[in-house]
Amino acid sequence: MSDSIISGAEHGPQSFWTRYVWSQDHKVIAIQYSITAIFVGLIALVLSLLMRMQLGFPGSLEFMDAAAYYQAMTMHGMIMVIYLLTALFLGGFGNYLIPLMIGARDMVFPYLNMLSYWTYLLAVIVLLSSFFVPGGPTGAGWTLYPPQAILPGTPGTDWGIVLMLVSLVIFIVATTMGGLNYVTTILQARTKGMTLMRMPLTVWGIFIATIMALLAFPALFVSGVMMLCDKLLHTSFFMPSIVSMGESLGYQGGSPVLFQHLFWFFGHPEVYIVALPAFGIVSDLLSVHARKNIFGFRMMVWALVSIGVLSFVVWAHHMYVSGMNPYFGFFFAITTLVIAAPTAIKVYNWVLTLWRGDIHLRVPMLFAIGFISTFVIGGLTGLFLGNVIVDIPLSDTYFVVAHFHMVMGVSPIMVIFAAIYHWYPKVTGRMLHDGLGKIHFWVTFLGTYAIYFPMHYLGILGMPRRYFAYPNYEFIPASAQDLNAFITVAALVVGAFQLLFIFNLIYSYWRGQPAPSNPWGATSLEWQTPQTPPAHGNWGEQLPQVYRWAYDYSLPGVEQDFVPQTTEQPISDQAREGHK
Amino acid sequence: MKTQIHSLEDGRSLTGKSSHWLGPQQDPLPSARTALFFFLGVLTVVFGLLSIAYRMRMSLGDWQPLSDPWQLWLNTAMLFFSSGVFELTRQRLRQAGISAAHDPRVNSPQANSHQVRSLLLLAGVLAITFLIGQLWVWQLLMAQGYYLSANPANSFFYLITGLHGLHLLGGLVVWLYSYRKVCRVGSLEVSRISIELCCHYWHFLLLVWLLMLALLLRT
Repeated sequence: MSDSIISGAEHGPQSFWTRYVWSQDHKVIAIQYSITAIFVGLIALVLSLLMRMQLGFPGSLEFMDAAAYYQAMTMHGMIMVIYLLTALFLGGFGNYLIPLMIGARDMVFPYLNMLSYWTYLLAVIVLLSSFFVPGGPTGAGWTLYPPQAILPGTPGTDWGIVLMLVSLVIFIVATTMGGLNYVTTILQARTKGMTLMRMPLTVWGIFIATIMALLAFPALFVSGVMMLCDKLLHTSFFMPSIVSMGESLGYQGGSPVLFQHLFWFFGHPEVYIVALPAFGIVSDLLSVHARKNIFGFRMMVWALVSIGVLSFVVWAHHMYVSGMNPYFGFFFAITTLVIAAPTAIKVYNWVLTLWRGDIHLRVPMLFAIGFISTFVIGGLTGLFLGNVIVDIPLSDTYFVVAHFHMVMGVSPIMVIFAAIYHWYPKVTGRMLHDGLGKIHFWVTFLGTYAIYFPMHYLGILGMPRRYFAYPNYEFIPASAQDLNAFITVAALVVGAFQLLFIFNLIYSYWRGQPAPSNPWGATSLEWQTPQTPPAHGNWGEQLPQVYRWAYDYSLPGVEQDFVPQTTEQPISDQAREGHK
Repeated sequence: MKTQIHSLEDGRSLTGKSSHWLGPQQDPLPSARTALFFFLGVLTVVFGLLSIAYRMRMSLGDWQPLSDPWQLWLNTAMLFFSSGVFELTRQRLRQAGISAAHDPRVNSPQANSHQVRSLLLLAGVLAITFLIGQLWVWQLLMAQGYYLSANPANSFFYLITGLHGLHLLGGLVVWLYSYRKVCRVGSLEVSRISIELCCHYWHFLLLVWLLMLALLLRT
């Protein structure tokens, strides 16, 4: 046996190309996924700053006309939700952490894994190419509602919308390939002793989110294909009989609301596809840095599962303003509020994990605690908006913008930062610079509140979202413009400080302090690898064997304040005494 | 156990990795089957949503159903037999595997392999016939003036049959790949996993087709 493994190690990829480019190693693929996702994320960040310039200082950017504004808005939303968050959590963290945390040598289908990344890259290239085609990218809003998404008058109806839909379809193919791989790996390749209930919550979060992605993305796939048919083949799946700019378009009898149902049947689970990995990761980080076991582990797992299930029956709460049977709205309001129960369980358990813990306020922990704060704020406004009668007046205002940016924009991003600060030492073998990290945290965290807190207020004032400019709206007081200018300045500062983070990533890769193999004193398997960063095959000759869950911190009677999952019997103080 | 897999899979699994490298899952079949199972779940959602959309659209007033050409029944029979022959192939392959494991001398694998190989070929050819038949149906309908964009009923018909056909085409790519491998190496064992998976996939696509046919005929 050992013979063959050594020969396997020798057969690891040798040349530069097979090692770093056409790599089938999950760790390299994870880094490829992450770098690509962060790259497009930066583009989306710049787009959001351009929009903020227009809102805060109207007319300050000459090229920013209404069309460009809508294009920036659409691309910002789509990139952030799908090409950054989904890809980074599943393709990046999922790829890196699943095999390491369950004690596998790699994904079970490494070739499929490689294919998944390159397909994702193709989707990104198709998406970005829409910036360079005649008419530019689509400006239909990230929800791409027909009929306006493909009607003349919306920016990018010639090329942009087609490229967007094609890119989404390609992305879904990539996610499906990746997702099948993650699920199968978790179910089939766990090392000896790694029962499902001994898996760290990070893996649980990614596992449930992946299953959800597999079941939710087909809805986007179907609606994307049907809309492509409407656009290119003049079918009428979603397009009603319509007169546009004085001429009848030849469509007849399609149902725009059908698209909304299909889109949100994907769109709502998508929120949790992004949130569940974040939940899982933050649970692990809080536990490690508070030196305490996670409070209510089983409850946490079942909360993840029930959030996953419930998230498939709440989609129409995005459509209260589309017109629906009141009983229908009532049903979806109830399910929406029910989902708050497992979510609240999670929040309580995070707080109870911190309670009387030995809290180390290191950068990953700062971001993790910051996440609890932003997530609670965003979640509470979600309870407001889940009610039909509150949602209807607020739906088209900045209140909703503030809500979803807090709950699914900033919160997952906080976890991504936390996770990068936490696992960077394992990935690169070097520590990130601590001082820069702390500056990055405080500016991002406080900046977030500076940006989004005032938006709630603007929303309650009735300031409509999606507008390019606000001239002559009498119900909006002039002082709202001052608030908008303030938000823009805050956004520019936060945006600029993300460059500090990128600098930290690059600088520390070359100049950072060399990291020990387990700098945080964590129990889970990825910190017990023989090499840091882990070599091809992860575990050297012997696969690790697991004897316990991942949360044995500060056990009474044990000298070291953590017991790795690979330890069979912790050495107690008494045993040590006896030895002397 | 390991040497057996070496002989079965030539030391390499579906994934292109040496099987011993993968740790606890020595036999790649359960992994492949799990992945296929989840993939079928994905397809269930795809076709499920399409049928819900179809039902919703059907209830509106301007729905004009297509004629149902008799060739659809012929195609259905083709797919049914294709799926059946795949099942037969799998059964034979399993029997051969079991008897070979019991006593390699009794059942000459070569003789058996020839028969199973023909069955495998037949299964694929029947599926190709199904696809050609579907194209024939499309052509007939076009000739009768049922164009893709003329009525939502037509759009749905072409979309559903088209997507179903594309998925079968994907299955045929795997079939062709494994059949050629079988022919080249001369032993069926090299494609044991692909054949096993194709068999499940074919049954699933047959089931989807029957449900979709029922839906299309109800209009």
